[in-house]
Amino acid sequence: MDYTIFAVAIFVVAVLVFGGVFLIRPRRPDSGKEPRAGDEGGSATGTAVAEPEEKEEPGGPSAAAGTATIEEPPVAPVEIEIPPPSAGRLVRLRARLARSQSVFGQGLLNLLASDRLDEDAWEGIEDILVTSDVGVTSASQIVDGLRTKVKVLGTRSPEEVRGLLREELLAQINPELDRAVRTEPHGTRPAVIMVVGVNGTGKTTSCGKLARVLVGDGRSVVLGAADTFRAAAADQLETWGSRVGAPVIRKDEGADPASVAFDAVTRASDEGADTVIIDTAGRLHTKTGLMDELGKVKRVVEKKSQVDEVLLVLDATTGQNGLRQARVFAEVVNITGIVLTKLDGTAKGGIIVQVQRELGVPVKLVGLGEGPDDLAPFEPETFVDAILGEG
Amino acid sequence: MFETLSDRLTSVFTSLRGKGRLSEEDINSTAREIRLALLEADVALPVVRDFIAQIKERARGEEVSRALNPAQQVIKIVNEELIRILGGETREIRFAKNPPTVIMLAGLQGTGKTTLAGKLGLWLADERNTPLLVAADLQRPNAVTQLQVVGERANVPVFAPQPGNGVGDPVEVARESIDYAQRNNHNVVIVDTAGRLGVDSEMMQQAADIRDAVRPDEILFVVDAMIGQDAVNTAQAFLDGVGYDAVALTKLDGDARGGAALSIRHITGRPIMFASTGEKLEDFDLFHPDRMASRILDMGDMLTLIEHAQKTFEESEVEKMASTLASEEDFTLDDFLQQMSMVRRLGPISNLLGMMPGMGQMKEQIGNVDDKDLDRIAAIIQSMTPAERDNPKIINGSRRLRIANGSGTQVSDVNGLVTRFFEAQKMMRQMKNGGMPGMPGMPGQSGGKKKAKAQAKKAKKGKQRSGNPLKAKQQEAEKAAERQRRQEEGGDQSSQLPPGLGGGAGAPQLPPGLGGGKMPDLSDFKLPKQ
Repeated sequence: MDYTIFAVAIFVVAVLVFGGVFLIRPRRPDSGKEPRAGDEGGSATGTAVAEPEEKEEPGGPSAAAGTATIEEPPVAPVEIEIPPPSAGRLVRLRARLARSQSVFGQGLLNLLASDRLDEDAWEGIEDILVTSDVGVTSASQIVDGLRTKVKVLGTRSPEEVRGLLREELLAQINPELDRAVRTEPHGTRPAVIMVVGVNGTGKTTSCGKLARVLVGDGRSVVLGAADTFRAAAADQLETWGSRVGAPVIRKDEGADPASVAFDAVTRASDEGADTVIIDTAGRLHTKTGLMDELGKVKRVVEKKSQVDEVLLVLDATTGQNGLRQARVFAEVVNITGIVLTKLDGTAKGGIIVQVQRELGVPVKLVGLGEGPDDLAPFEPETFVDAILGEG
Repeated sequence: MFETLSDRLTSVFTSLRGKGRLSEEDINSTAREIRLALLEADVALPVVRDFIAQIKERARGEEVSRALNPAQQVIKIVNEELIRILGGETREIRFAKNPPTVIMLAGLQGTGKTTLAGKLGLWLADERNTPLLVAADLQRPNAVTQLQVVGERANVPVFAPQPGNGVGDPVEVARESIDYAQRNNHNVVIVDTAGRLGVDSEMMQQAADIRDAVRPDEILFVVDAMIGQDAVNTAQAFLDGVGYDAVALTKLDGDARGGAALSIRHITGRPIMFASTGEKLEDFDLFHPDRMASRILDMGDMLTLIEHAQKTFEESEVEKMASTLASEEDFTLDDFLQQMSMVRRLGPISNLLGMMPGMGQMKEQIGNVDDKDLDRIAAIIQSMTPAERDNPKIINGSRRLRIANGSGTQVSDVNGLVTRFFEAQKMMRQMKNGGMPGMPGMPGQSGGKKKAKAQAKKAKKGKQRSGNPLKAKQQEAEKAAERQRRQEEGGDQSSQLPPGLGGGAGAPQLPPGLGGGKMPDLSDFKLPKQ
């Protein structure tokens, strides 16, 4: 009978609270405004007051040992590498991409090459799209679109059908979207990039790789280790930073990530760096508290500087849950781009098709391996060509 | 917008109610819905095909149960079949005859191997073992440091002779660790390896070398619940590359449905041994096939909730709560405040609601429920005098204003709370009359129904109040609830349905006492999507 009690208790609470949602919510916008404005004002001054103290600390280089912000330069013995520039990386990495996509492309072409395009063939095409995590709805739409076109044009030859399929896939990925990562500084103000995502998708690694790309393109970069939760995440970022000579702003484990992010941006503008990359802790989109924290990080950074890019790191192996992740992250921090990682495996990353369609957020970068330079700008044409096994 | 499978199927069958037997057509249309549901849950396509074929086979031969409508009958089959595949043999860690027992972790990057190593260590230590964590991930920058920190948190020693970051030979580290464990009396060695891709032959070879060096008693394949269709390829690649004895599923605290569990089990036949459900080191448990089945089908997870509650609360607290609920006196705001604080200790309210059966399709609304709303309500109640809490009827206009000012809310919020509270109070009274928990033999159904009605009424009131133009929708909700209730009456006697499967069917598998009226209320709780 104990169990019943829980059920009843939760139910009663739910009734009252749910009622609360319907009753209180609609009014909240006007009623909540004033106290909230006050709140933010309070936190703003709080941050502003705390700030100067921390800024002074790096000023005294000898005091660096005991302070919260640790200076990077002392770790000089590591040779600073100069990574290659970013241009044309995807072409160089196409071979690797082909490894993951060949089965997909081959299977499709075999189906298309058959003499008759009957029901089974179409279903086969749909199945192949589904197996690449495109999602049932998207897959059937792509196939329907293709079917209509083939019918209208009366196309029969595999070559033409293949061309149509390429078009269809491209249309789904929408090459028109602006995929440039905005990393140029605005006058004296550095560009700010925030990297977010669920646990284990490769945020820290992507931050490190992105820093390398930028350094390779001749920029100066400051890294902010706002992942104060996971064990050794800041160390991991520091290792990446030291390889390219980018300073890493970090604090003790468990520190407020928003303050780390703020410090990183402050430091970058003081030093006149071009770009700040803020690595955040991985968080599942279902954890409301953690998502609120992420929202706070962004708000706090915005007090200092506009946030130019919020990149959501999605793992290519992610299935249909990727869409929900993207949706929630978009709501909380308004993501502006997607980094698709681990595309060098067997996973096809088809989930991006759905994500792009629903949220209109373009994939901007792809991660293609563990090597430090395996991050490339996303090029839809090359991507689709690689899927279809061309060139 | 994902509907639950049970709802989808119910809609498929609305026109078919009353039919005596599942026709071929019924089976086919159901099969399509199940296929979609499974694909949405990331079960791999080939697995879905096999699975559907099996279901069809069984559905054709199935005796018609008079207690179940066709939809419930099919779901029952699907659920049983899922549990059969996922469960099969459940097994525990095989400990070696001569210690140390070696457990090796392998998997893709970012699935949570290092964290799992710590959790496993803590779990084993709790069972009176003396585990040793071995840092054989020398690939990823600072993975060794991470394991050290995790080990420190779990209070489990870590063997890390190499600094990592690409330096050192993991095979050598693994080999040395065995000697080290023997010398230092560790009876279990957990080897954390680097994440690797199935197609990376070099890294797979390294994993195989580590395996040969330590001859593990168990190799655990660590996979994250969010993985999509690629699960089959990866699982197969690792099976061919290193082989594994069991699977550990991580990140189950998200809302991914975890179809991969089914795919991997089906393709490789390896059982799923552990489930990891959170970022804390204690969030780790043996795998429960029945829960996973419900999860894949999006049917709520009442049992987890109950277990969680058992862990969180003291016996005395529960008794106290039970006595307040059962006592003759009216339910007061103080009781409510106390209940709310207890429920809060179970975790964010949205998570709790998510675990309730039939709530899947309310995900959006649940997502809107913020724990801050609870705080606000608590603030309102705390701004009342004890007299007001005992008897909210005395709260008049000026008292309302005072309460609103005191709690920093609006008078209308206070109004809303008080009105809702009266409804809840009425409901509690009805429940006590109709079938109070703990009074055996009482048909809970009637109480439940009344409650549901009260609920519907309440929601409606809420709408009118807020000027929300959703009245039409609301009426539909009532109709739907009515419909469902009628269906439930049919299914009420059935005793084989999985927990949380809409309807009165939720009861039988649940512990005694949770039967009867409670479950149907919860499923009536949902509003239909448009």
